[in-house]
Amino acid sequence: MDSSRFEKLSDNAWRIEPFGAMRVPAIIYASESLLGEMDEKVFAQVTNVAMLPGIVQASYAMPDAHWGYGFPIGGVAAFDADAGGVVSAGGVGFDVSCGVRTHLTSLTRNQILAVQEELGDALYACVPVGLGAEGEIALGEEDMAAMLTGGARWAVEQGFGRAEDLDRIEEEGRAAGADAAAVSEQAKKRQRHEMGTLGSGNHYLEVQEVREIFDAKIAKAFGLQQGNCVVTIHCGSRGLGHQIGTEFLREMAVAAPAFGVDLPDRELACAPIRSELGQRYLGAMRAAINCALANREIIGYIARRVFAGFFKQEELPLMFDVSHNTCKTETHEIDGAARELFVHRKGATRAFGPRAAGLPAALAPHGQPVLIGGSMGAGSYILAGTKESEGRAFSSACHGAGRRMSRHAATRAWSGRQVVDELRERGILVKSPSMRGVAEEAPGAYKDVEAVVDCAEAAGLAKKVAYLATLICIKG
Amino acid sequence: MDSQTELGQVVGRWEHFPHGADLGVRGFGATPAEAFVQAARALCAAIADLATVRCDEAIDIEREAPSLDLLLMDWLNALVYEMAARRMIFAAFEVSLTGGKLTGRAFGEKVSRERHAPAVEVKGATFTELTVREERPGLWRAQCVVDV
Repeated sequence: MDSSRFEKLSDNAWRIEPFGAMRVPAIIYASESLLGEMDEKVFAQVTNVAMLPGIVQASYAMPDAHWGYGFPIGGVAAFDADAGGVVSAGGVGFDVSCGVRTHLTSLTRNQILAVQEELGDALYACVPVGLGAEGEIALGEEDMAAMLTGGARWAVEQGFGRAEDLDRIEEEGRAAGADAAAVSEQAKKRQRHEMGTLGSGNHYLEVQEVREIFDAKIAKAFGLQQGNCVVTIHCGSRGLGHQIGTEFLREMAVAAPAFGVDLPDRELACAPIRSELGQRYLGAMRAAINCALANREIIGYIARRVFAGFFKQEELPLMFDVSHNTCKTETHEIDGAARELFVHRKGATRAFGPRAAGLPAALAPHGQPVLIGGSMGAGSYILAGTKESEGRAFSSACHGAGRRMSRHAATRAWSGRQVVDELRERGILVKSPSMRGVAEEAPGAYKDVEAVVDCAEAAGLAKKVAYLATLICIKG
Repeated sequence: MDSQTELGQVVGRWEHFPHGADLGVRGFGATPAEAFVQAARALCAAIADLATVRCDEAIDIEREAPSLDLLLMDWLNALVYEMAARRMIFAAFEVSLTGGKLTGRAFGEKVSRERHAPAVEVKGATFTELTVREERPGLWRAQCVVDV
């Protein structure tokens, strides 16, 4: 996009003055270079979101923003229920509470490399990955309801995790206000055999080396040590979340005219927060959040079990677990007054700053960890939420590098075998059931995550703490 | 596999079209029903090579919607659901459309990682680029973007 179309607020912030039916401005956090790379749809989508009823302050886009469904991926928008605000299934997406968690180890790069092939094989064999993979547990009706209400807490109670994990997960591992009854039988059926599965596409489990530390004090508080390795898991609410997204998107799109909501894009399907449909969606979406939290807790348990077979003393404590497709009820200060807002983060991560309510005591002085996945080749970053972020976009940051090339184009540019072999030469082991899937996820198909993260820091959204290099990647 | 009209014109076919992070599926046919069949093939071809899928089992699907485009979305989402819930992959389809009602059948088998090497998992059909329309007399297009 051409930067001359925007009002420049700073080197990393651009404003679109309200026009047409926009109720608030749109603000894009990006360097001029990243802005130039963003597709045209981002402009249309971030301004469309600004038209929705009850939106507060502005419609935001993160440095990794790209074409999404209704909302741009990397979109953030908050709504006030008392002002007729809406909740949007499009603003949360199909993979409700897709997110990332990182477990710590005391293992060095050399210790991992000494068993890289065997460890990679073991993780690939034990973590259900790819289409058709089934989890270790099948949920009956009662267990399903308990999981949807209990989230990661349920998983821990079932023996798939530890109690001390819970305060290292957003909302302490359990979204309040989940309504299992609002989740359809189809969604539950789709999930019955999928607990503890990774999925496919851009989901992964990686063993990574802490290659570089940017903020020694925060890194220490987070438990990160340069040269040590971590285990990172990226996945979401699996079939249940997808089915909830599908069903409510359709229902909200069809119902919108009856609510007097003129949708500039059907994909922005929404309903007033206080409507029966809005409340039902919130109940189902929170249940899906719990499903994702439970799912990642179970996969964390599997990873611990695999590692125990190689390194008996390693406990793999959970550093933190973030979600990036959610609508959360949060209190934010607007014009000096505290307001309860429904904050949609679509492909964006919550980035609470130091001393924010809800952070565990050990992390509170430093802000929330923000886990940003890159590509297999480019590595990932850990950031920390900042005080400034609150005033930027309701304490939100980006979630990844974002694609710069379609899947179709990626499979024409690379073969999966080529990608696997090139990464192997760089010391990175990739295991996947699909070479085409690997080609679609080729490092070159993604934007420069370093540029995205540098911009997020420069814009005041979050602060760089560490860079992680991939050693093993299990992908779906 | 393409189908031909009596005049030997190739009409029924499927294709993918690009979308930033996900994938567009598109079917062409002499009738809306045939376009729906081809769109379903495009959907499943996004997951696996259709030539590797045996049509051992048939699943019946019925849907109703107030417009053709919503009916396409419902048809594709029904296939996504059945594949997920049954752990199957489909390769062949039958569709008839009467009024706002779709009666369909999907043929396939249980998904096998070894034989099918599924590349992606479709989460759902979206409203993005959702279109069912007659391009010209005797040529219908049915398409949408699917989230993978």
